[in-house]
Amino acid sequence: MPKDNGIGASSKRREDVRFLTGAGRYTDDLNIHGQAYVCFLRSDTAHAKLASVETDQASAMPGVLRVFTGADFEGVGGLPCGWQITDRNGEPMKEPAHPILAQGKVRHVGDPIAAVVAETAAQARDAAEAILVDYDEMPAVVDMKSALESGPLVHEDAGTNLCFDWGFVEDNREAVDKALAAAHHVTTLKLTNNRLVANPMEPRVAIGDYDAATDVSTLYTTSQNPHVIRLLMGAFVLSIPEHKLRVVSPDVGGGFGSKIYHYAEEAFCTFASRQLLRPVKWTASRSEAFISDAHGRDHVTKIELGLDAEGNFLAIRTETLANMGAYLSTFAPAVPTYLHGTLMAGNYKTPQIYVNVKAVFTNTVPVDAYRGAGRPEATFQLERVIDKAAREIGMDPIELRRKNFIEKDQFPYTTPVALQYDTGDYAATMDKLEEIADIAGFDARAAESKRNGKLRGLGVNCYIEACGIAPSNLVGQLGARAGLYESATVRVNATGSVTVMTGSHSHGQGHETTFPQVVSDMLGIAEDQINIVHGDTANTPMGMGTYGSRSIAVGGAALVRATEKIISKAKKIAAHLMESSADDIEFADGQFTVAGTDKSVAWGDVCLTAYVPHNYPLDELEPGLEETAFYDPANFTFPAGAYACEVEVDAETGKVDIVAFAAADDFGNVINPMIVDGQVHGGIAQGAGQALLEHAVYDETGQIISGSYMEYAMPRADDIPDLIVDHSCQTPCTHNPLGVKGCGEAGAIGSPPTIVNAVVDALRRGGYEVDHIDMPLTPYRVWEAISR
Amino acid sequence: MYDFEFARPTTVSEAASALAAEGAQALGGGQTLIPSLKNRLASPSLLVILAGIDEMRGVDIDAGDSVVVGGATTHAEVASAAADSFPALAWLAGNIGDPAVRNRGTVGGSLANNDPSACYPAAALATGATIATNNRKISADDYFKGMFESALYEGELITKVRFPIPDAANYQKFEQPASRFALVGVFVARFGQEARVAVTGASENGAFRWAEAEAALSADFSSGAISDLSISADEMIRDLHGSSTYRAHLTKVLTARAVDAAS
Ligand SMILES: Cc1cc2nc3c(=O)[nH]c(=O)nc-3n(C[C@H](O)[C@H](O)[C@H](O)COP(=O)(O)OP(=O)(O)OC[C@H]3O[C@@H](n4cnc5c(N)ncnc54)[C@H](O)[C@@H]3O)c2cc1C
Repeated sequence: MPKDNGIGASSKRREDVRFLTGAGRYTDDLNIHGQAYVCFLRSDTAHAKLASVETDQASAMPGVLRVFTGADFEGVGGLPCGWQITDRNGEPMKEPAHPILAQGKVRHVGDPIAAVVAETAAQARDAAEAILVDYDEMPAVVDMKSALESGPLVHEDAGTNLCFDWGFVEDNREAVDKALAAAHHVTTLKLTNNRLVANPMEPRVAIGDYDAATDVSTLYTTSQNPHVIRLLMGAFVLSIPEHKLRVVSPDVGGGFGSKIYHYAEEAFCTFASRQLLRPVKWTASRSEAFISDAHGRDHVTKIELGLDAEGNFLAIRTETLANMGAYLSTFAPAVPTYLHGTLMAGNYKTPQIYVNVKAVFTNTVPVDAYRGAGRPEATFQLERVIDKAAREIGMDPIELRRKNFIEKDQFPYTTPVALQYDTGDYAATMDKLEEIADIAGFDARAAESKRNGKLRGLGVNCYIEACGIAPSNLVGQLGARAGLYESATVRVNATGSVTVMTGSHSHGQGHETTFPQVVSDMLGIAEDQINIVHGDTANTPMGMGTYGSRSIAVGGAALVRATEKIISKAKKIAAHLMESSADDIEFADGQFTVAGTDKSVAWGDVCLTAYVPHNYPLDELEPGLEETAFYDPANFTFPAGAYACEVEVDAETGKVDIVAFAAADDFGNVINPMIVDGQVHGGIAQGAGQALLEHAVYDETGQIISGSYMEYAMPRADDIPDLIVDHSCQTPCTHNPLGVKGCGEAGAIGSPPTIVNAVVDALRRGGYEVDHIDMPLTPYRVWEAISR
Repeated sequence: MYDFEFARPTTVSEAASALAAEGAQALGGGQTLIPSLKNRLASPSLLVILAGIDEMRGVDIDAGDSVVVGGATTHAEVASAAADSFPALAWLAGNIGDPAVRNRGTVGGSLANNDPSACYPAAALATGATIATNNRKISADDYFKGMFESALYEGELITKVRFPIPDAANYQKFEQPASRFALVGVFVARFGQEARVAVTGASENGAFRWAEAEAALSADFSSGAISDLSISADEMIRDLHGSSTYRAHLTKVLTARAVDAAS
């Protein structure tokens, strides 16, 4: 019987009522009395010295309050980077300054040069157009190879465009070289992981609001992690202590990673509000988002896989160029390194692995984490090279994968790239996949497609991800400049309802529904008696926010810990009321019972007693019922799965249609199956976008060619077939209290290689000798590959 | 958007005189013009909205041999009104953009704008349509003058478009993945023996007729008749979504498919 309440129930997403009826309160819906508007003048040139920035005419225009340029930010901090990589030689990465407004030089199209604050948005824009910028244009560098070889320097003071050269694990290097040299067969593949623009439905917005009376600055912003923004902006940019700085992220319309980072516009609005003593608002246009939101992916990789004569994997070596863009975004250095290199073992027991990553500065928008962040890049390489290897050695790709799976009884399993997987059963998800995807029936379907003039292909793929980011002491050793715990405060109200303040942040994930399910299960009260508060540093405990599929695994765990504290205290109150000992109190279904008796008190009575402590052990116990917990995970969690995709290719035009897609995931325990289905659906659609449609393309002068929806193709409903998703294979996480692993990124990690594998399979079946096509597999690219 | 004034005429002559003013511009469905206003790429001082002019709206099936569409008629209206009499035209209109675009965008706006990837120019050329303005009638063959260029004078209004109904017709649209305009679109029409083939999306000179294919198909209206033809990639568009060679290739593939579907 499916449950209708608590953990495991498909409770309806309560937040959707307001989202779907237009009653959400997004940052742009907030209008503060007296607010002024900002328009940023952004560079239309990819690389130039600023000979002069003339603002006199603009300053005199109607409604203009003030025009700011880089000069106004001298002495103000730049945007900080939250992760420091140490390179192969023990040297720290190059970490160039990232000013709020350009200081004498612009480094990418979209780099903000000046900002006009005016009474209306139109006046601000009019005045921005009247600013005269004299650019001394410099040659731009967009391609990573040229940037390393001969390109102009994006940052002269860095002396190089190489941010870092990272080896992982450096000590494995020689052993890997030897193993590959001795391998029976080595499969090599060169590939690109295409640059993407996150494109959340809601563009970024920031409102700075300084209250001179209290000396408190409030920033309203579209962020996935308001506490992180408060810390970074307060401590590193504007020198505002936390008690004088509040950051609020109300309803946020999607982030996909792009709203993790601390952006110049946030610091600007906060700063300008303090200068002008007016609230200052900025709302990005979609065009602005394309040139100012951090982009994702953009790796160029060579991967080699060595196998023995039986098809056992012996060694993997990869060389990757990772585009950082023009500046280091908040978590950029972590993405191609610890979120990527550590995943290169995948689901397999390859004994020797070495990953080399060179991170490169170019005259493009900064690149940072995007749904999956590093893990999709790792999975893509690995699963593409395995598919190619299977073909080269003449083995079925499913069989080759099965042969190399880490086996069920090998867990916990330590990989050669530093992770310890706690649980998993990869053969079980593959069995499930073969069943739900009806792999056995593929040949008949392929024959049917052939009769209709189409080439049908089957692609299979496995993935693993490291979620639930992350043990603070571990990431600290790896260069993180932050802890990655999560927090929750459970406030039981006097009449028994519950308010939960969480450090996690929901921007589509459905926390307002799932978090109450957990508390409801533990306290035995109805879900609708529980409310979630998030997104405001003034009323939530310090938390690290939502990304990396961490909310239920880390935030949920904090929630459990806080609720356990509540139960423990409530038992003491109940014991007092029943004149018994707390050790003898049992708590179930909202009733406290003295074990072995029929004496009991109800949840509501205990709560009321806590706040009306007339009959209460005040000498031993504080009144009230409110507890906070911080949870720092012991390890990452390791969701894994097996995906299958069938495509039809029209060989005359190159057009690819995804005609079937199945996903068998192991997320450990599942709180809300419906929401998990939705997360997987969205992830697969996003991955299909990467595989077939999406591409942020720059020309050699550094202009973005696909800077609007006329050129940048987003996935639409009719691009996606019915998706068969299953998460019945469950090997619960062993180190968090809910046994959960996280599901937010899986689809976006697992689907791109599945789709590309399917297309290559279709073409090979059609007699075309194609080994690989770089994403996105647009009709044009597929046609080119087959007409070569 | 820059500031502008707004006029709402109810007759063609009122609209024409409003458009005589310096800086005046017609607003059809706004599906092209409004985005360019928002991006500040256009700065008319007066917008003359055509939607309130009854004589420019609606679809007539004239004597059973032509579909006559008012210049301010939306794509959605064409898609439903021409469904029985001229299904290929209705299909074309019904596959422009999305419902929001189709319920706003107009035939006159599309032809006046003459986007090299727009669909209507192919239908107009393939059917030998007549484009009526507030002061003359222009045959389709004389109307299209290259990318975003037409025979219209400044301020001249498309009031009606007459599409002769062919004996057989089909429009094949291969969508550009992002915009879903035609990466290449081919409209094939047959009137008796005479075949006409019009191609949009492909050429740097805008929509054009493929004369060799027309000759071959007028002799033998079957896809086999064009199998030995090829079309030059010179002057075809090249961009992110396809090279000129790809567009030339698609032109032939889609022409054959259109012929098969029309036969
Ligand atoms: C998302 C999207 C997808 C689209 N997809 C397609 C597609 O697949 N195929 C396709 O063909 N088109 C497509 N379009 C364009 C659509 O067909 C528009 O309707 C068309 O571009 C312009 O028509 P409009 O009525 O909106 O004109 P407007 O935007 O109002 O005007 C365009 C130009 O024409 C002038 N004008 C308007 N009406 C007249 C008239 N009666 N006489 C003289 N001049 C006039 C205006 O002054 C202006 O210069 C798409 C548009 C969008 C936004």
